[in-house]
Amino acid sequence: MRAEDTEKVLLEGLARNDHRASSTIYKENYGLIQAFILQNNGTYDDAKDVFQEAMLVLYEKSKNPNFFLTCQIKTFVYSVSRRIWLKRLQQNHRYAAPNELLEETVAVDDEIEEKEQLDRDFLLMDTAMKSIGEPCRSLLEAYYIQKKHMVDIAADFGYTNADNAKNQKYKCLMRLKKLFFAQYKQNE
Amino acid sequence: MDDIMMMDAVERYVNGTMTAGERAVFEDMRRQNTELDQLVVEHQMFLHQLDDYGKMRQAKHWLHGLHQSLLDSGDITESEAATKGVVRQLWVKHRRTIAVAASIAGITAITISGALQVLSPKAVDTNYLQTLSRKVNELDAKSKATDKKVANIIANTTKSPEGSRPLSAGSGFLVDGDGYLITNSHVVAGATTLVVVNKGVEYLAKTVYTDTQNDLAILLINDKDWKKIPTLPYGLRKTAVDLGEEVFTLGYPRNEVVYNRGYMSASSGFNDDTLSIQIAISANPGNSGGPLLDKNGDVIGVLSTRDRQANEVVFGTKSINISRAVQELKKDTAHKSLAIGSINKVKYVDRVQQIKRIQDCVFMVKGY
Repeated sequence: MRAEDTEKVLLEGLARNDHRASSTIYKENYGLIQAFILQNNGTYDDAKDVFQEAMLVLYEKSKNPNFFLTCQIKTFVYSVSRRIWLKRLQQNHRYAAPNELLEETVAVDDEIEEKEQLDRDFLLMDTAMKSIGEPCRSLLEAYYIQKKHMVDIAADFGYTNADNAKNQKYKCLMRLKKLFFAQYKQNE
Repeated sequence: MDDIMMMDAVERYVNGTMTAGERAVFEDMRRQNTELDQLVVEHQMFLHQLDDYGKMRQAKHWLHGLHQSLLDSGDITESEAATKGVVRQLWVKHRRTIAVAASIAGITAITISGALQVLSPKAVDTNYLQTLSRKVNELDAKSKATDKKVANIIANTTKSPEGSRPLSAGSGFLVDGDGYLITNSHVVAGATTLVVVNKGVEYLAKTVYTDTQNDLAILLINDKDWKKIPTLPYGLRKTAVDLGEEVFTLGYPRNEVVYNRGYMSASSGFNDDTLSIQIAISANPGNSGGPLLDKNGDVIGVLSTRDRQANEVVFGTKSINISRAVQELKKDTAHKSLAIGSINKVKYVDRVQQIKRIQDCVFMVKGY
């Protein structure tokens, strides 16, 4: 199989959360990113963090049917990780000229911009979610994230029937929405 | 319509669980009531955000688990052993201080060298350095005679191109039992055919990587007679070598492997080159490309040049350059499997035994 085809198969696997493909991408690229972060004032935890963020960018990309990579996976992951880390150093006022590894890079400005938007959205929802309190949070998570059925949720949470649970869920959702939009408007 | 009913309606509308009739009524209501329409759009967007949030959380969770399972299985390691050593870490930590110190040192050096230039207009140039590869016309009569004898013995098996004489000869040593050899790039420069010899057996080899700046080349034995060596007796030392440490080398200044012993005399090379080291050892043309080994038998560098003006002043390329060269070469998928050993199998045996084991991995390199 040609190298490009192997990479394509790997990306398709990643999009499907296929364990083998994802593990392959992960282990083939992690070492390089770790080396880069460690050489640039980072810790193992930083390395893991940054690498996982870059993997997330790749994952999001791979799920888009119109997406195709114009460079090697390695180059893409390295370029994204590099940008994320250098930006983080800059934000912490620890920025110095980076210790570059001898790796090729590609322009990933669009990807970084997109990622930052996703991060902001995530943070907004996460903050709202964390401030609504229980049992609202668990209830909403069970329905909207774990996608459980209302009947099961009612049983798990001890509601007498699914309709009651559903009503409660909507009340919680309304609170979450208020919190979310309050922040949303603040940020605008 | 109260909020809860509205949310339920929007959710079912978005999910596609409304019946056609309900859907038509709902759409009609939206058209008539702009406030409701606004609410629906807002709620749709919110549900979308919530869905993205959930997916992102799951993906993060999944990656976290993947990391842990790969750590557990040993497929990834949270160590930098594979990429760099302690020196490198120290360098990273203190590089700013070092940079400042270096620039001060640099200014001082420029001033001093300026002064020296005035005092001694004969500037130091690379003519003072002699690469230690043997040029054939430099061979003395005696070794020519030996060559002839050897040539006669192996006349039928020699792999050297017919009727030609080597342009240069040096030494080289294995970094991977598959047949990857390290030597100096000046040993193989300009050669079209390479023959490496160990214990009188010749193998054809080709250059797969050169780094003229660090005077390094990687050769690959490309010969059906070559038998792979599963593990090498030595590894590559990653820690710094201290001044005064004992260093030995094996090489081919003659047609026979020659052992020499010396010590590390400076941690920088000619003209303060920090990528090389200075060794006090007796070395002769032909030793170029040979391994510099520490007392345990681990590779600390590659012997490359000597100072023509001083006795026993030899320069070697640091082992870090070997790892870099190997890393570079590995990027080529054809050489992806190349792996430098890091296990030393001769640490606890005496020098005679060390040499016996190591000489199997040191070759004469002849370029035609």
